[in-house]
Amino acid sequence: MADATAGGQQHPLKVYFYIWGLLFLLSAFSYATDFLEHGYFRWSLILLFMFLKAGFIVAIFMHMAWERLALIWAILGPPIVLLVLIGLMAVEGDYTELTRLDFFSEPLAPAGHAEAH
Amino acid sequence: MAHSETVAAPGSNEPGWQGIVTDWSADKQTFQVPWGKAMMWIFLLSDTFIFTCFLTGYMNVRISTPVPWPSPSEVFALTVFGTSVPLLLIGIMTFILITSSGTMALAVNYGYRRDRGRAAALMFITAAFGAIFVGMQAFEWTKLIIEEGIRPWGNPMGASQFGATFFMITGFHGLHVSAGVIYLAIVAMKVLRGDYEKRGYEIVEITGLYWHFVDLVWVFIFAFFYLW
Repeated sequence: MADATAGGQQHPLKVYFYIWGLLFLLSAFSYATDFLEHGYFRWSLILLFMFLKAGFIVAIFMHMAWERLALIWAILGPPIVLLVLIGLMAVEGDYTELTRLDFFSEPLAPAGHAEAH
Repeated sequence: MAHSETVAAPGSNEPGWQGIVTDWSADKQTFQVPWGKAMMWIFLLSDTFIFTCFLTGYMNVRISTPVPWPSPSEVFALTVFGTSVPLLLIGIMTFILITSSGTMALAVNYGYRRDRGRAAALMFITAAFGAIFVGMQAFEWTKLIIEEGIRPWGNPMGASQFGATFFMITGFHGLHVSAGVIYLAIVAMKVLRGDYEKRGYEIVEITGLYWHFVDLVWVFIFAFFYLW
């Protein structure tokens, strides 16, 4: 069945309908997280539904699940380095915020120092 | 002569890690897919880097500002029959894009079946959903700029970087959707005309890859910009 066409990416329609339905459901869940309070529970759910949706789109709709490993790694491998950028920028962002808080909050800081002396 | 025999060696189709080694080694084609498809994937890889850089930049300014970030849940709320529903328009836009991804997946399937009438029709439907998405985005931008006074350099609700990151990220995504609508319409017309009867219908899958990628990026924007 899979090799019947030149592209080799012919799959039964029911696979697409199943994933389509699943994506609708996951989108509904993602939208529902907006009614939760901000916190680790909400953020975990946002990330969970996001990665599930992204995974189904790439694996099934974009046929990545049926491609050869050489192509899969050539495309999905390089973005791993982006995690380094994200990590660095998160640390940098925290540092910038602390610097700003320290630099711009003059009214509080001198009072505290005065008591210490 | 002996060399050319090894080049054309059959049976070098091992799966798994051994397959990676044989695919990448010695005088042969690495990606055993149509050329256009490999190139589209590599283009999408570069696009992944661009969008990740935008989203990372957004993360950085949002972490680093000591001023409270405007609540997307309230900024993007719509009032329907007197009640304020959070993220209503954005939710509808998300469902429209998911729907268009589904019709695109079906178009690819009918393309490979050489049912070019259905494939083209489904591609036109996909393009129409894309156009509706861009239209709703234009409505959203208008509301934000005119009614809520959000500008790239500041806004009345909080951190001034909100507008800059919002217009940059959603604008770049909207540009991709608009380009996708045009791309889909052109390919659909050529499919309908029968231009690919001899070459085969990989082009529909390649166009589909681009379209699904646009949907994929929206998944990340929706999670990080609108829900976070």
